[in-house]
Formats: sequence, C-alpha cells, structure tokens
Amino acid sequence: MKSWQPFEWIAAVRFLREGRMQSLLIVIGVGVGVAVIVFMSALLSGLQANLIKRTLSSQAHISLLPPEEIARPQQATEHTALHLQKQAQRLRTIDQWQTLRTRLESWPEIAAVSPVASGPAFAVRGDANKAVTLVGIEPDRYNRVITLAERLTAGQLRVGAGEAVIGIELAKDLGAEVGDKLRLTTADGRSDTLIVTGLFDLGNKGVNARNVYIGLRTAQSLLDLVGGVSSIDLALHDLDLAENIARRINSETGLTADSWIKTNAQFVTALTSQRVSSNVIRFFIALSVAFGIASVLVVSVIQRSKEIGILRAMGATQTQMRRIFLLQGGIVGFFGSLLGSLLAWSFLMLWQLLARNADGSPMFVIGVEPALVAIAATGASLVGILAALLPARRAAKLDPVVAIRG
Amino acid sequence: MAETSKHAVLHLANIRKSYGSGEIASEILHGINLHLQRGEFAALIGPSGSGKSTLLNLIGLLDRPTAGQLRIDDEDTGQLDDTGLTRLRGQRIGFVFQHHHLIPAFTAEENVAMPMLIAQGHPNAAMFERSRLLLDQVGLSERKHHLANQLSGGQQQRVAIARALVMNPSLVLADEPTGNLDTHSADEVFKLLRAVNRQQHTTFLIVTHDPRLAARCDRIIELVDGRIIADRAHPAE
Repeated sequence: MKSWQPFEWIAAVRFLREGRMQSLLIVIGVGVGVAVIVFMSALLSGLQANLIKRTLSSQAHISLLPPEEIARPQQATEHTALHLQKQAQRLRTIDQWQTLRTRLESWPEIAAVSPVASGPAFAVRGDANKAVTLVGIEPDRYNRVITLAERLTAGQLRVGAGEAVIGIELAKDLGAEVGDKLRLTTADGRSDTLIVTGLFDLGNKGVNARNVYIGLRTAQSLLDLVGGVSSIDLALHDLDLAENIARRINSETGLTADSWIKTNAQFVTALTSQRVSSNVIRFFIALSVAFGIASVLVVSVIQRSKEIGILRAMGATQTQMRRIFLLQGGIVGFFGSLLGSLLAWSFLMLWQLLARNADGSPMFVIGVEPALVAIAATGASLVGILAALLPARRAAKLDPVVAIRG
Repeated sequence: MAETSKHAVLHLANIRKSYGSGEIASEILHGINLHLQRGEFAALIGPSGSGKSTLLNLIGLLDRPTAGQLRIDDEDTGQLDDTGLTRLRGQRIGFVFQHHHLIPAFTAEENVAMPMLIAQGHPNAAMFERSRLLLDQVGLSERKHHLANQLSGGQQQRVAIARALVMNPSLVLADEPTGNLDTHSADEVFKLLRAVNRQQHTTFLIVTHDPRLAARCDRIIELVDGRIIADRAHPAE
C-alpha cells in the first residue's frame, strides 16, 4: 500500500486482482470493443482523407469567378408585363485581380492563390481535332493549389511562351508525345502553335482528356482576355473551412466563390453519411462494452456482498462503497482501452501489409494517432465508470445486516 | 447493575423492533432496557429466535430500532443519518463475527488496519505499526503477511479480534466468537477476549449459545421472545 493511494483505490485494485479470471476476461472484452472502434476510426479517417485527396487532386479548394451577369429591366412598373430572358455568360475578367490576389494572400487561412485564365479551344494535330479547355497559369502559384508537377508522367512543368502541358488522355487521342507540336484554335479564330513540354495524369479521365496548361500570357492573348484572368483558384490550410471562407469572400468582394464542398455536394454528403453510420456503429459497440462491464460488476457485487457488509460494519460509508465499484469500472475500461489500442495497431499493420495497390504500394497510409489512443483511453474509462453506476449503487445500498448474514 | 452512570457505554431505553408494516407487522423486540458500563464483560444468551441477533444488529448500528432510544457513549443515535451512524460504528464499535469475516484479498496485517484505513482514507506507517502491535498481542506477529485464507480458523478469529480492537472501540460486539472453533482454539480465543477486557477495560457484549462460555462472563443477560427475562451479575471466575 502506497500512502498516496486512497482506501477506495486500494480496495478496487485488490478486488480486481483477486477476481483474476473475471477481470482478465472483461478487460479482453473491453479491449476487443475498443480495438474495433479505434481500427474503424483510423481506417475511416485514412480512407476519407485519401478520397478527399484524390478528389481535390484536380480541383481548387475554392474557385473565384466574376459575378454572374444579370439582365435588369430598364422599366419595370406594376402594370407592365415583363419577361426577362436570362443572359448568356461571356468570358470575363475579374476586376482588379492583382489587388485581390495580394489581399487574399494576406489571409491566414489561405495557403495559396493562383490566378487562372481559362476558356474553350480546339486542339489540332494532323487529322485529330479535340475540344479542350485552355488553362493559363502561373506555374509556381498553380502548383501550390494543384500539385501538377508531382503528377507529370513525362517531361516537365514548363509553360513559357509556345509551350503546353497536356493530359495523358489527350496525348493518346492526338498521338502526341513530349516535344511534339500542337495547334490550339479558339472559337473566334485566334490560334497558336505550341510544343508539348510535359504530360500529366491527375487521376481523372475527363481532366486528363480536356485540360491544356499554358502560360498565363499565352492564354490571355488566345482567349482575348489581355491582362485579365477568368478565375482565381485558392488552396486552404483547413479543408473543412472551405464553405465558410467562400461565403466570406463572396460577401466581401461580390465574386462568385465556389468551395469544393459545394462543388462536390454529393461526394461530401456521402462522406458525411459514412461518418454518421460509423458513429452509430461505434456507439453500439461502446454500449455493448458498457453492458459487459456492468454485468461483470453486478456479479462481483453479489459475490462480494459479505465483504461489502464487513467493510460497512467496519465504518465504510455508502459513498466509499460506491467509489470502490466505480473505480473498478474505470480501471477495467482504462486497461481494456490500452489493450484495444495495441490490438488496433496490430490490425492496422496487418492491413497495410495486405491491402496494397496493383503496383505493391500501400493502398493508403493510415496509422493510430496518439490522440486517438488518448481519446479511447479516456472514453473507455468514462464508459467503465458509467457502466459501474448501477452495480456501485447496489453495493452502496446493500443492507449490511443481510450482507453479513450472507 | 442498576446504576445508570452518565458515562454508560451503552444505553438502551424501551427499544422495539418490528419487521413489516400494517397487519403483517411482527414485533421481534418488545421494549428492551439495557445499560453497559465501561469495562463490563457481559454475555447475551437465549434460544434461537429470541431476538439476540436483531438486538446485536441494533446495538452495532447496523440496523435502526422501530422505537426507543439507543445511546452509544452518551450520543443519541436516533438523530444520525446513515453516514453518521457508519462513522460512529467505525469509531466506537468493534465486531467479532462467528465466521471470522476477514477480507480475503488482504493480508492479516492489512485486515487489522482496515478500520483505520477506512476512517482515515489513506494508509500510513502508524496504522500498520498499531496493526503489528495488536497482532503481536494475539500471538500472530509471524503471520502478519499471510493472506486471510492462509490462516487456520482460530488464527483468523484472533486476527478478527485484533481488527475489532484497532480503533480502540468503546464496545466490542462478539457474535458466537467461538462457535466455529474446536475446543482448544475456542478456549484460547475466549482467554484473549478476557485478557483484553482486563487490561484495557474494553466493554464486551458476547452473544453465545454455550452455557459454559456464558458462565465465564461477569454478567449474563437472558433474552426470551424479545424480552429480557433475566439479567444477573455472575461472580468472576
């Protein structure tokens, strides 16, 4: 007995140690439950992070576009019949985009700002003719929003005058390789011939077939947007804040701000419902763990009723008896969570070993974060204490006369 | 024994106890009056079903009387809540049960120290010193590190006696303390109780079926059908 240990703690630990088999079994039971919860959480957050990463590999977190042009009636009185025809949206530039770029770069939430001049064109090579999207970029800035340089399969990210980087699908369609020439023509007849300097694979077939990255200036002149940009792409530090920041930018600048959350509403809904269903599963696992702890403690109260009676006769109060059993619940929960974290870690190692892509690289990287273990330990201890409430109450309310008579 | 000193250890006035309520209520004790002075060594005898255990539970503050006044060391227990009764019980009353009733998860030394540990909340060196002193007195200093179930019946009962004395109680209640022991161990345990009574003037109330044991006490209180029918001083042996 150490002098810092209170009586209740000493008794709780001794009781658990004495009921060796019972304690071991329930700790294992709690451990398995915690292992499933931790494993599921780690797997799910790994999976979701991976999905989001793949989705955002060809998308900015927020895209800023000029405000929509709206047709306004010149005269509108109560007595005029009015039919407003929606206006076709021209390719327009964002007003004062340089100032805006500087301003947005000073926001702490924003990681990168990349102006883009983008519009439709045809790519022609020999007999092949493909509709493409010209994307005029400043490569250094753009690369911080979408990691294009990492996604190159051939050549390099060089979009100087007369240079273009195209997707692998487009390259296949046009039969082009790095070093080949490509003619780009816009709808109003402007055209330019560029050399393919790199091929990219952004993991999205549509993007790989459509996007042609060229220098910002080249794009401006091809699209008749001299000095202007058609959109500004943003990268954020915290993905989850995208919608809030988009709204803030919209209200401060009047620009249309599309966050990835809004653009991929269905995908985000799918992620959310995945999270909700896993929370439901976790809740029920925690519930069954709690019932396991409670049932073992209820049996223990019955088995120890004589000892409880003796302790009460020797001056132990109801509060002290209650604490002894609450502590047992907490201790079982705590050690169960440690065992569970260890099990979960082993499962995850095994998973990393087995779940691999065709090329042998891990499907996605997941690990047990220390924070998750800490949460599991705290959570399981709390669940243990909660589960012990009823048995502890029984122990406290036990009539010592009846208990001693046994 | 009629004198009711104001320093009575135990004072029972018209104590009644009934179980159940309404028409099915049955009264077990019908108005018990009893006083125990400091240093008395009394036996409580009576046939099974006479209410001995019920009375002992009331005196031990494990149960509450239906009516009447129960004072321990001049403190009226009727005013106390459960926690108050528990505290008073822990400090003033020592129990020796028939079936030893040690806590098996603890050693002899720890069992003896248990009432002090419960009262003070944390272990300290002084309580184990006292525990060892008492184990020495009951002749078990060599067994202090044994777990309760590694001791013989007589040894366990001696540990229980040491435990009953550890808080320096005003009153020790013993319920058939020798009932479960062989003749030799029973004799040793009785002598030990008697010695503690003589040396420390601790008050004892011993419930027994054994007339020979009762005959060795200073005072014999006889309970029949919930009433004290005899209460006589007995010449010390």
